[in-house]
Amino acid sequence: MARSVTPQRKAINTIAAWAVGLVIFFPILWTILTSFKTEAQAINDPPLFLFFDWTLENYAVVQERSNYMRFLWNSIIIAGGSTVLGIIIAVPAAWSMAFVPSKRTKDILLWMLSTKMLPAVGVLYPIYLIFIRMGLLDSRAGLVIVLMLINLPIIVWMLYTYFKEIPGEILEAARMDGASLKEEILYVLTPMAIPGIASTLLLNIILAWNEAFWTLNLTAAQAAPLTAFIASYSSPEGLFYAKLSAASTMAIAPILILGWFSQKQLVRGLTFGAVK
Amino acid sequence: MATQHSRSAARIMMAPAVILLLGWMLVPLTMTVIFSFKKYLPLRGGDLGWVGFDNYVRFVSSSTFWPSVQATLVIVGGVLAITVVFGVLLALLLDQPMWGQGVVRILVIAPFFVMPTVSALVWKNIFMDPVNGLFAHLWKFFGAEPISWLSEASMPSIILIVSWQWLPFATLILLTAMQSLDSEQLEAAEMDGASPLARFGYIVLPHLGRAITVVVLIQTIFLLSIFAEIFVTTQGAFGTRTLTYLIFQRVLESQNIGLGSAGGVYAIILANIVAAFLMRIVGKNLDT
Repeated sequence: MARSVTPQRKAINTIAAWAVGLVIFFPILWTILTSFKTEAQAINDPPLFLFFDWTLENYAVVQERSNYMRFLWNSIIIAGGSTVLGIIIAVPAAWSMAFVPSKRTKDILLWMLSTKMLPAVGVLYPIYLIFIRMGLLDSRAGLVIVLMLINLPIIVWMLYTYFKEIPGEILEAARMDGASLKEEILYVLTPMAIPGIASTLLLNIILAWNEAFWTLNLTAAQAAPLTAFIASYSSPEGLFYAKLSAASTMAIAPILILGWFSQKQLVRGLTFGAVK
Repeated sequence: MATQHSRSAARIMMAPAVILLLGWMLVPLTMTVIFSFKKYLPLRGGDLGWVGFDNYVRFVSSSTFWPSVQATLVIVGGVLAITVVFGVLLALLLDQPMWGQGVVRILVIAPFFVMPTVSALVWKNIFMDPVNGLFAHLWKFFGAEPISWLSEASMPSIILIVSWQWLPFATLILLTAMQSLDSEQLEAAEMDGASPLARFGYIVLPHLGRAITVVVLIQTIFLLSIFAEIFVTTQGAFGTRTLTYLIFQRVLESQNIGLGSAGGVYAIILANIVAAFLMRIVGKNLDT
């Protein structure tokens, strides 16, 4: 809604919106600031906002004491692996549903979505048991599989809505010009599908990165990703605010940056096309 | 356009996704249903045979059940009320012409990308700690006695934390819906002398109706199963034991699989009731 308004009105809007935005963002900002303080400064009364001795010490301590890199690596493997695997499985499915729809396509899509609604806690023990039997407990492979399965419906849906937007006429035109199926897929469809696939990839990496039910319940020392790494800070010993902040900043920074790029796809992906 | 050949190819292309999801749904679900009819204590004798509907009756009649249903409803209801009301207000504000709109939007959306364990721990310690938390400093500054938030005001605290995480989601969806509103309609109403309140009530709010419904349903499904926020803050103490957390405790902490599974079946039924409504809306919007 682009309406023309007076400069005064625009100034008021700006001030109000920035004020609200900063209040909402404040916990993140404060966590980042605290991560650069010493432990004593972190709990100083009154709280120190910008004027303190900035230090990187906490980041070094967190890495040294808890081997942050291993948790980070686990998060990358689990979030990245489950998403890539999900996309490999979902692309053909979404593809066929978008380009060769049948009477049952709609039912299949809705049914897939319904599996997403299954409360995780309802199947916690069976999964736990299957994991023990198959030796998957506390393994990255196990989490890649579980997170792939819980996000597969969203991946199929997102890809489907993107593929739907590729006009079928273009395919027919390519076919009439004598393109083979291979050429059709390689030179016509793939270039048009890549933006949709990229958006899907991005959003699902974020979802998998932040998933905190299965990652907490199915891992221990070996395969624990950053969600579990942070949870291990819930029973503190001594002064730890600055270190907690440093660990938190490291856990959310990569995804915060990815998230900012994906805000447009977020709405589409999470409402299953119901709001565009 | 589709030939017999392409139809069977389509079926083959769909097969892996369908089979995997079918297995993912049926296998654990069947196991949960089977366990729910058994006395099953892995640490105290293992599988002790069939007990009929015993677990279902015991789960509902235990003294922890109704408080957990109540806690679940209070958290879901509280978070929904806060995120929808403030989400509409924020979307209205962000839709106005201003300088730096893109940056403000990023600031508002950011909490959604923070992993649940981080937001819960940061709020618990850095904000709500009764000695060193920022709120404690603030309270002392105004001469008030600091509050031990997560034990004395446990429910409002959890609702605050979860609302902070979900407000960006509601705002973003409502803002997207708002931007599809035809501005000429609003201008016409303005010229006809409709007050801002009337324009909001008769044009904006009805236009947002569907988006609000979608926000409510999707959030309900996620909120029914919040876990990490409780796991790292109160561990279910101080009246914050939700249905999800109660089932988690039955299954993994007390290793009473039969009882926990019966609870799981209740949770699945509950989630399905909500899901049915969501599917109707999503399905209507789907033209295949």
